[in-house]
Amino acid sequence: MPSLKSLKTRITSVKSTQKITKAMKMVAAAKLRRAQEAAEAARPYSERMAAVMASLASRVTVGPESPRLLAGTGKDQVHLLVICSSERGLAGGFNSNIAKLARRTLEELLAQGKTVKLLFVGKKARAPFARTHKELIVGTVDMSHIKQVGFADAKAVADDVVARFEAGEFDVAHLFFSTFRSALNQEPTRLQIIPAALGSGSSGTDAAVEYEPGEDAILEDLLPRNLAVQVFRALLENAASEQGSRMTAMDNATRNAGDMINRLTITYNRTRQAAITKELIEIISGAEAL
Amino acid sequence: MAELLDFELVSPERRLARATVAMVVVPGSEGDFGVLPGHAPMMSTIRPGAIHIHETDGGPATMRFFVDGGFAEVTETGLTILAEKATPVAEIDVAAVASQLAAARTAGDDAAIARLEAMQAAATN
Repeated sequence: MPSLKSLKTRITSVKSTQKITKAMKMVAAAKLRRAQEAAEAARPYSERMAAVMASLASRVTVGPESPRLLAGTGKDQVHLLVICSSERGLAGGFNSNIAKLARRTLEELLAQGKTVKLLFVGKKARAPFARTHKELIVGTVDMSHIKQVGFADAKAVADDVVARFEAGEFDVAHLFFSTFRSALNQEPTRLQIIPAALGSGSSGTDAAVEYEPGEDAILEDLLPRNLAVQVFRALLENAASEQGSRMTAMDNATRNAGDMINRLTITYNRTRQAAITKELIEIISGAEAL
Repeated sequence: MAELLDFELVSPERRLARATVAMVVVPGSEGDFGVLPGHAPMMSTIRPGAIHIHETDGGPATMRFFVDGGFAEVTETGLTILAEKATPVAEIDVAAVASQLAAARTAGDDAAIARLEAMQAAATN
């Protein structure tokens, strides 16, 4: 039976933890709103871009002369996994879910005898891979100084990926991030970015669209942009997912702390009562003995 | 009053402008082109330069944006410009551009020189 004093310290300690988790939940909720607004504001651009890419793709036949970002290198031996995670922990299963999906892909690819390279955006998913596949990691992009993800940050990542591609470092690139469904539900997602997987375009109205310069030139210009947009969207989704996941996790933690305080308080009161009863019995039996 | 054109200027981060206007002059990569209502559908890349927006038919350019390059799409309903970076011309800091231009010239960065020269031209016109 723990002493009364130790119970009391325990209750105070859990109470202060609860205060912290409650504050973190509130901060996450505020940040989530901002992240959602940012994702919302970015939607028109990425939607237009996707529509344009789709309608272009329906007009251009992929051949050996096509831009390499679209046609690929003709091999699929070396895969690059671009894994986006957060810079901070305490976000429930957010980072580990992304890492788990990435690990599954990694193991599948290795089992097929492919070469895999890992590029991390945000450090939190790096740790589990640094233990097991340190030699595969080609880089980590530090996002810790960025408060609100801007397009320039996404473009820097995309440019890095394109530069590695041009240098022949890999044949296929996948992007891993978490799609934001709701504050309670985030889904780890894998997206192939190189060679570009374009939706089969059938926008219907592109019967007599004029292209200036030609389709191929436009496509060549747009592919790297499209890549940057995809990375940007992934980062925004990730930012919203991270805050949503943290909010849910911290809400649970606050509730658990509340339960724990209740349990400890009951134990504390019982122990106190038992001590009083015991003392009374001692006094009464002492008095009876006289 | 003639028909009007739906114009939209979108950057990756947010929608910058949306208006119903009479004419827009776009700095296409193969030369400037004006878009009036009923323009045939087309797609074009953009070189760094100023977009002139004429809100009234035959009137002067009422809004001007400098874009760093991007992409213009004309559909039956209107014109959408996807630009990675766009600044209202009135907000261009001419002195800052001039000093950056000098720096780019000494560094020999051709892309930056072209961009900044276009920016300077847009601001002074």
